[in-house]
Amino acid sequence: MKKFLASTVAASALALMLGMTSVRAEDTVDPNAKQGGAITITYKDDVATLDPAIGYDWQNWSMIKSLFDGLMDYEPGTTNLKPDLAESYEISPDGKTFTFKLRHGVKFHNGREMTADDVKYSLDRVTNPKTQSPGAGFFGSIKGYDDVAAGKAESLAGVTVVDPYTVKFELTRPDATFLHVMAINFSHVVPKEEVEKYSADFGKHPVGTGAFKLAEWTLGQRIVFERNPDYWHKGLPHLDKITFEIGQEPIVALLRLQKGEIDVPGDGIPPAKFQEVMADPEQKARVVEGGQLHTGYVTMNTTMAPFDNVKVRQAVNMAINKARIIQIINGRAVPANQPLPPSMPGYDKEFKGYPYDVAKAKALLAEAGHPDGFDIQLFAMNTDPNPRIAQAIQQDLAAIGIKAGIQSLAQANVIAAGGDKAGAPMIWSGGMAWIADFPDPSNFYGPILGCAGAVPGGWNWSWYCNKDLDAKAAEADSVVDPAKAGERDKMWSAIYDKVMEDAPWAPVFNEQRFTMKSARMGGADNLYVDPVHIPINYDNVYVKDVQ
Amino acid sequence: MIAYLGRRLIQSLLILLGVSLITFALLYLLPADPVRQIAGRSATPQTVENIRQQLGLDQPFVIQYWRYLVKLLSGDLGRSYIQRSEVTELIVSRLPASLLLMVGAILCELLIGLSMGLIAAVKRGTATDQTLMVASFVGVSAPQFVVGLLLLYVFAVRLSWFPIGGYGTWRHLVLPSLTMGILGAGWYARMMRSSMIDVLRQDYVRTARAKGLARRAILFRHALPNAILPVIAMIGIDIGIFMGGIVVVESVFGWPGIGQLAWQAIQRVDIPIIMGVTLVSAFAIVLGNLLADIIAPFIDPRIKLR
Amino acid sequence: MTSPIAPDLPAAGRMPAKPRAGVWRRLVKRRLAVLGLVIVAIVVAGAVLAPWLTGYDPNEQMFDGLTLEGSPLPPNAQFWLGTDLLGRDLLTRILYGARTSLIIGIVANGVALFIGTLVGVTAGYFRGWIGGALMRFTDLMMAFPALLLAICLAAVFEPSLWIVAMVIALVNWVQTARVIYTETSSLAEREFIDAERTIGASAPRILFRHILPHLLPTIIVWGTLGISTTVLLEATLSFLGIGVQPPTASWGNIIFENQTYFQAAPWLVFFPGAAILALALAFNLIGDALRDILDPTQRGRA
Repeated sequence: MKKFLASTVAASALALMLGMTSVRAEDTVDPNAKQGGAITITYKDDVATLDPAIGYDWQNWSMIKSLFDGLMDYEPGTTNLKPDLAESYEISPDGKTFTFKLRHGVKFHNGREMTADDVKYSLDRVTNPKTQSPGAGFFGSIKGYDDVAAGKAESLAGVTVVDPYTVKFELTRPDATFLHVMAINFSHVVPKEEVEKYSADFGKHPVGTGAFKLAEWTLGQRIVFERNPDYWHKGLPHLDKITFEIGQEPIVALLRLQKGEIDVPGDGIPPAKFQEVMADPEQKARVVEGGQLHTGYVTMNTTMAPFDNVKVRQAVNMAINKARIIQIINGRAVPANQPLPPSMPGYDKEFKGYPYDVAKAKALLAEAGHPDGFDIQLFAMNTDPNPRIAQAIQQDLAAIGIKAGIQSLAQANVIAAGGDKAGAPMIWSGGMAWIADFPDPSNFYGPILGCAGAVPGGWNWSWYCNKDLDAKAAEADSVVDPAKAGERDKMWSAIYDKVMEDAPWAPVFNEQRFTMKSARMGGADNLYVDPVHIPINYDNVYVKDVQ
Repeated sequence: MIAYLGRRLIQSLLILLGVSLITFALLYLLPADPVRQIAGRSATPQTVENIRQQLGLDQPFVIQYWRYLVKLLSGDLGRSYIQRSEVTELIVSRLPASLLLMVGAILCELLIGLSMGLIAAVKRGTATDQTLMVASFVGVSAPQFVVGLLLLYVFAVRLSWFPIGGYGTWRHLVLPSLTMGILGAGWYARMMRSSMIDVLRQDYVRTARAKGLARRAILFRHALPNAILPVIAMIGIDIGIFMGGIVVVESVFGWPGIGQLAWQAIQRVDIPIIMGVTLVSAFAIVLGNLLADIIAPFIDPRIKLR
Repeated sequence: MTSPIAPDLPAAGRMPAKPRAGVWRRLVKRRLAVLGLVIVAIVVAGAVLAPWLTGYDPNEQMFDGLTLEGSPLPPNAQFWLGTDLLGRDLLTRILYGARTSLIIGIVANGVALFIGTLVGVTAGYFRGWIGGALMRFTDLMMAFPALLLAICLAAVFEPSLWIVAMVIALVNWVQTARVIYTETSSLAEREFIDAERTIGASAPRILFRHILPHLLPTIIVWGTLGISTTVLLEATLSFLGIGVQPPTASWGNIIFENQTYFQAAPWLVFFPGAAILALALAFNLIGDALRDILDPTQRGRA
């Protein structure tokens, strides 16, 4: 799943005082921005749906953010939380009650005003198992979630409409990530009457409060957004129209960009053209590079011999030549030594990780009783470059005597093998996991390293379950007080350092994003590698060639 | 005739039923769990089980298949697991692209194949004949993805005569059609050649020749129409080969047809889409064969409907 | 991908079983057949002699096989056909890839031929409900888009060289079964078979002594043409990334792994592509010549 959110820190985002009301920061609009104009953006893969409760793809993530709004959002191009549909919010001293005051006069595209009832309805809907939302699990801390998830209740007991402009959330535990959860697409507000009108086809007829509204959708070919003239945020969006052309190979998209036919190739610069583009100063100037909250790693199933021995796992960590692997993908990544990516709060800059040391790796294997290595299966997803990366890892492992056979399978099959305790001894995560859903260190733990994910069908493919660390993680997440955010980050750093001691993963690299744009596109560079509005922030970019 | 048609129709329906059963069984055996794909990575086991129940995927195979069949009979192909839209709608929205490609491919096949066959038959035994026949073998031996990539490289990247991929204008259609058509062209060239040689041996052609009719007139007015008919009748059978090729060709050219839809669905175990595309393809193949068989006796009276 | 050369089939039993000794002699008189034989000989030699023909390991990712930015090297004095995206020698991979193609060609096609003959003969000789059921099943398989079926099968099983071979066999037996069925049923109706039955010959005896020898020309022709289909299908599956597993070299997966680079490095597609084409062409040429030779009714037409 190439998708999911990302971004950097939210220290300032959390710079609200506990138990006090936080009023939103002044909305800023780029003073140089020009109003009007139309742009064209391309994607290869189909847009499956524009329903915020369901969409979870690279292509539709940012589109949904432009059609809908949530209570919270991030300052454009950053990971700093800010109130969005909420005007202000208040957190109780125990960190278990969040009260949001809604903005007045916000209208859905159908003209009706959005109220607190819509907020509650949207959350009831996304958590209802009938909606089959892939994001339902994010709302697990809301009181009454379990009943709704089990189908025993239709409505979340913990969400109360106080008045048309106030909504209150009660949680079962203090949740430091809750404001992020209120910013994620799955919690975006939808109008009940339109959802009921279109039922399961709401995703094809999206109606929200966002900066743009859907004007045209030719399945498999084209989606057109037009400016929402009644958008509550004055001065936004800058563009009158965005046309998304679907089914365009990245390589075609780049050529069309070079010819001036399109403005942004949504899937980035294809690998084969990367060097050509970077070698040309004129083109290179239009490339924007940004970090991505992504880590590519090899999981080792800690319940299966020989990976039940920590020395073997450490040996694998020392055997992988990360520089070579990054070379294979044209240097579009940085080497990783811990689960968190560098731009994530809690990333431990001091941490050295395991060095690339073949002799030491061999020695560790011998200590573990495998002086001659062993045979093992390495699973990987079967789309380029993942089979190539798997082969590079295979060659590195062969150098210390581990003979890895490669199982290069469709995404769904690898995920199934990983979720089966006896399924996959090693998996290269590329193409499937893990880009953060929101910019918070906890997002790299629970599902993929915590005990909760080490269940049949789960995403903890290492089957690593350390009760001590689970307890520490829960402790860290109960630190809701923004003043203690730094302390909380340190707690998380310690958790990940401890994880690396046990070495259930061999972290390999963190991907970098490279977006290219046409010469007429304006706006700050960070809007084009927006860590949250992935891949670009449609609301805030503009074109320079209009009056 | 009516009895024959009735029997063939029933046979065809049974074949489609069999195709649906086999595909459904294969997908049931897939070592991947569609529910995990729907539920997403934050899902709790509880959520996963709920979704499984709702989709009826917790039921035994026979019940699942029966339910699918009942819906199918009312024309409902279900909803995509991943895209959540009606499968019928998804297929219908992509069918025009695939049909367009099919028409383009058939035109290429006929244009190239028939002219090659015609020339080879007329120049029978010469070096031209030999060259053309080798060329026809190259056509049937060339893997479509290689042909596609090479055509792209030469005519789109190097010469810029055609776009590198995509969909919309006739220029986009040329290279994919050619890629699809080259395979069939080799085939048609060989059939056309032998059909033409047969016709040229016929008495009426000899008579015409004896009467001193111009060679060109004999060829185009008398021989060609007779030789071409049995070849044209093969188009129906051709559909099977065409359906096999669209997954590859559409993926090479980024063509928004049902082949790409199927390929994306296979990657993510979107079972309703895989079922839908397989059934539509099988339907097209069965229909093509049926038409070919029905048309055959009208073209060649020696063939009788059985 | 059904065999596209289906329409003119050798007619059943028109050929006496004996004078096959001359087949080879007649085959080498045909220029196109010789071309095919030469290509096959080259490919076989390349596959068998690969370790001696090249100094490289097909799976070794060489440090000097990539530029510093990670691009493959074009053909040069050190790497005659250049390197692939992992810095491996392309020529070496193509040579070893020939092994994959040939193994699949022989095994998959052999199994397909066996199943096809078994089904065709059984249905054609015994008729009745068994025959009917078998042929209806064959019809059913004909209605499957072959590639789609192969993709589904490849996804169900854990892929390996042998599984890929079996998947291809499961898809490719159908055509053979149809042809063999037609021939067997017309043979079964002929007098000399009737005569055998009257004198009380057992079914196996009739099948092995009389039917199979008559079917041999057809089996040989289809067996040869089928290799070509098989090679193409393997290449296609590998091209889609669901065929032979890496790092085993296959002409199809060489193209799969490198196609993102094909504009910058077309040789990575061109050389393995040419190899696939050449081998498929060779078997088609040989098969076609064999058909002409073994089926007298076809003689003189080509």
